[in-house]
Amino acid sequence: MTHYIYLTVLLPLLGFLVNGIFGSRIKNEKIIGWIGSGTVGLSFLIVVGAFFQTLGLPADDRKTIVTLFNWLNVGGLNINAAYQVDQLSLVMALIVTGVGFLIHVYSIGYMHGDKGFWRFFAYMNLFIFAMMNLILSDNFVLLFLGWEGVGLCSYLLIGFWYDKKFEKGTTGDAAKKAFIVNRIGDFGFLLGMFLIYSTFGSLNFGEVFPRAASFNVPVYIFNFIALFLFIGAIGKSAQIPLFVWLPDAMAGPTPVSALIHAATMVTAGVYMVARCSIIFASAPEILTIIAVMGAFTAIFAATIGLVQNDIKKILAYSTISQLGYMFLAMGVGAFTSGIFHVMTHAFFKALLFLGAGSVIHSMHDEQDIQHFGGLKKYMPLTYSTFLIAALAISGIPPLSGFFSKDDILWNTFANEHFILWLIGAATALLTAFYMFRLYFLTFEGKERFGQNNHPHESPKLMTIPLVVLAVLSAVGGFIGIPALFSGENGNQFENWLGPVFKSANTKLMVYSIHSNLEEIILMSVTIIGAALAIYFARYVYLKNPRLALNASTKFKGLYNLLLNKYFVDEFYDAVVVNPIERGSDRFLWRFTDVAVIDGFVNGTASLINFISGKIRKIQTGVTQFYAFIMMLGIVIALFWIIMSL
Amino acid sequence: MDTNQLLTYVLFTPLIGAMLLLVFQREHEQEIRIFGLAISIITFILSLMIFAKFESLNPGFQFVLKIPWITNLNISYHVGVDGLSMLLLLLTTFITPLTLLSSWKSINKKVKEFTFFMLLLEVGMIGVFVSLDLFLFYVFWEAMLIPMYFIIGIWGGERRIYASVKFFLFTMFGSLLMLVAIIWLAVSAGGVVGHFTTDLIELYSVGPAAAKNFQNWMFLAFTLSFAIKIPLFPLHTWLPDAHVEAPTAGSIILAAVLLKMGTYGLLRFCLPLFPDAAITFAPYISVLAVIGIIYGALVAMVQKDMKKLVAYSSVSHLGFIVLGIFAMTQESIQGAVIQMVNHGLSTGALFFLVGVIYERTHTREISEYGGLAKIVPVFSAALLIASLSSIGLPGLNGFIGEFLILLGSFKSPVLNSWGFTVFAASGVIFSAVYLLWMYQRVIFGVVKNPKMEKITDMNAREVVVFASLLIFIVWIGVYPSTFLKVSDRSIARVILQVNTPHPQVDLK
Repeated sequence: MTHYIYLTVLLPLLGFLVNGIFGSRIKNEKIIGWIGSGTVGLSFLIVVGAFFQTLGLPADDRKTIVTLFNWLNVGGLNINAAYQVDQLSLVMALIVTGVGFLIHVYSIGYMHGDKGFWRFFAYMNLFIFAMMNLILSDNFVLLFLGWEGVGLCSYLLIGFWYDKKFEKGTTGDAAKKAFIVNRIGDFGFLLGMFLIYSTFGSLNFGEVFPRAASFNVPVYIFNFIALFLFIGAIGKSAQIPLFVWLPDAMAGPTPVSALIHAATMVTAGVYMVARCSIIFASAPEILTIIAVMGAFTAIFAATIGLVQNDIKKILAYSTISQLGYMFLAMGVGAFTSGIFHVMTHAFFKALLFLGAGSVIHSMHDEQDIQHFGGLKKYMPLTYSTFLIAALAISGIPPLSGFFSKDDILWNTFANEHFILWLIGAATALLTAFYMFRLYFLTFEGKERFGQNNHPHESPKLMTIPLVVLAVLSAVGGFIGIPALFSGENGNQFENWLGPVFKSANTKLMVYSIHSNLEEIILMSVTIIGAALAIYFARYVYLKNPRLALNASTKFKGLYNLLLNKYFVDEFYDAVVVNPIERGSDRFLWRFTDVAVIDGFVNGTASLINFISGKIRKIQTGVTQFYAFIMMLGIVIALFWIIMSL
Repeated sequence: MDTNQLLTYVLFTPLIGAMLLLVFQREHEQEIRIFGLAISIITFILSLMIFAKFESLNPGFQFVLKIPWITNLNISYHVGVDGLSMLLLLLTTFITPLTLLSSWKSINKKVKEFTFFMLLLEVGMIGVFVSLDLFLFYVFWEAMLIPMYFIIGIWGGERRIYASVKFFLFTMFGSLLMLVAIIWLAVSAGGVVGHFTTDLIELYSVGPAAAKNFQNWMFLAFTLSFAIKIPLFPLHTWLPDAHVEAPTAGSIILAAVLLKMGTYGLLRFCLPLFPDAAITFAPYISVLAVIGIIYGALVAMVQKDMKKLVAYSSVSHLGFIVLGIFAMTQESIQGAVIQMVNHGLSTGALFFLVGVIYERTHTREISEYGGLAKIVPVFSAALLIASLSSIGLPGLNGFIGEFLILLGSFKSPVLNSWGFTVFAASGVIFSAVYLLWMYQRVIFGVVKNPKMEKITDMNAREVVVFASLLIFIVWIGVYPSTFLKVSDRSIARVILQVNTPHPQVDLK
């Protein structure tokens, strides 16, 4: 199957073309929906086939490259449209097509009756096409095609309901913001590529990475490359300071938030760092910055999540926070743990979003958790699957989130980053708290919605994906049981990905001098902490609702600061957006262009006009006369030249 | 058929067509339109025959024909194509029928004159790209001004007279300097080849041999002329006026082909004729190019008129091309050449689409629009694709050019600094800002103007025009090799010409 891996890219493209071109004429939603889901489902089967085929190969021999055609061949640059199947890309491909397929199926139910139904599935398939290019590419340029492509699909899907209001503006504002902020990141990514090319003379992974490991290149060059690439990563993966687009991205339909803005696209930055692990491992200063930024983003976003009331907003900040964990993992050189968390996060965060979608669907597009409550008896499947996901993200064993989060925290500690560990552990407590605040306010307690609302369970097309994801969220962590418990076999997930990060790990020389006892103690601390946080959330939001209200009035300043997301958007508007817009309008255009340059041109014209007014006697105003004079001049010039020969 | 005459057929078919057109009665507008279109399509097919026989492995000139013209001065009718001009020749003959088709309905006064001038314009444009004699080149360069002047001046908007005169004077100013330089160069050539000559092939050995000072003056005279045409910041202010006032067909031709004459001139003349001067001035011109990239984008961002926005975006895009040329690496010049074609396709498409909607609403004010997605879905999709192509989305044409230019300029030994590329690359952010912002305000949201509820979507003719452009927008994005390989060897030749040391002769 490995050699047919290109089909996992082309099938979704085919689905996009069919639905995109003929979709408006196909009146049957089922046909459109199953074309869209079917192509992704088939891709998933192909990836599974490739996975098992690769599993049968020896560990160091698990890389296959499938070339389609020569894309760009100029000067020293030779780029193929080629796909690389290896341990890392297979993990990502399984997530993208697997979770992607479930979300597609869910969408058939969720988008039922929408007049843009066909458009939705066309865009979703285009997204899978771009995402598969991103993760399967064997070079930076094709990766960048996917990278920009997913940004485009994100743009199209955030602005999907283009005539809808969203917060202070429209969905179009949110879509544009996402694309532009991503482009700021892409600017960094491009510079990274240019520097890689001028340093290593290639943009193919197969050439760049071995050269990065063996060439004698000054560290400052590595630092610059890593920094540029990291700017790209923080744009795509919504890290400080470029996270501002992700909360607004919630303007799109909820399945989009689940697929693009939680499970797959936003993890592209993490994937890219992991893919370039050898480059980052050669830039230790940047690696430290990544770890610090990741930890800081994690706790920063978690604090905002504490007070938000929009169910999707909370999940969005939670996503930013969890992505922070993944970057923390990258920064401390725990590449495997980071990818492990990418996977488990894809399961439980997609489930949380789809669960939220199910609630929103049933509550007629209400998204404010203050207007929910007691939904558990109306929506038993949504409720129970959501609970599993909430426990998983809170790091309660033995659910998947526990293993991956613990893996990251332990690696942070073991690599002597005690403060970062502390931040990570604190974030874990905050996560458990805000997640269960959301859970209790939505599913438990008093019903706070109006009489007109008749909550109901969603149709099977929506609940079956929830159940599948719930199973994955529950047991998905078992493939990465830490060596501490699994004995001599070690961590299976780590064994699988090991060869990909071999040279990076050699360079970093990661080794642990800490004891098993320490690992167990730290693990217990976070588990007990999370359990307490859940208990506390239950006490505040279920038993004693006035407490939250009192706290928000008592700490009004802090509460407002968090509610308004630290006023980051306002700050950017005042410091970046408005000055550029006003400066371009008043200084560049009206002053420089119109007043100065054109003023000079027209002034010269007026001056000539004035002078010629004095000598207008010889001006007849007849075009032919001017032409004649011009020709005369040329003839005289030519004559003079011939004479001087 | 003798293949060497093929180029002459391409050149003169539109001229003969224009002459034949004069026998038509002016009332028979439809027949005139069909005839003009047929002539331009025949020209396109003839140029395809050249393309089919073009040997991309040959770095030199092909289909060369040289007939003595003014024998006393050794001026000859000397034409030929190489990898640099092949694609631009195709672009010209490809765009012309599309512009005629695009103005099928919108031009309804003086159709005969319009078609006549368009065909004449095509002769001038083709001539510029195939001339291998500087005098011949200059004749076409100037000749092409006249039909363009009339197209803006007769079929233009309200301020068409101001715009057409400004266009004419700006370009004329540059051209005259170039004429002086051509004559001076031809005279000085006597010191090397022994006689007065304007033949490009002969001059290729004269210019590089000239002393530094001489080269500098020559280079500046030629470059100024081309810089106005491109237009390079700060010589660009004629462009927005010309674009806004020109009819759709004029804008498309202007953006797609006319501006490329400037960048083509840099590659064909400035670099190989005056290599030392080119290397000396490369950083300074690149600074202007980079300013143009950012400046054009920022000013485009705040425009209220759609056409003006696209016009300023051209200043930005052409800045990329100039940067690519003066970075003088294989990658960057390859990027510049393909970007000339790309800009023709995507900006041509944008001007065409602005024209399509203007015909229906008679306004280009962005603030009047909103919510078109619901009313004209096909148009909305087309505008999105054209915008994305212009933004440089990978998978479409614009990316290939921008990427190669930036990649090449980053490692350019001539520029020798990351700075140029770092600033230029910020253009990728701003281009997304101005185009997506316009797109959002025009297409998304709710319909503001109730009159717009009634407008119709693109008709079959308009879809054909757009689809023709779309084929190449996608083709170049997905499989650029078809086009890149055409110019590859000729670009290598130019770089060799620049870098080959010449014995210096003291020319006067």
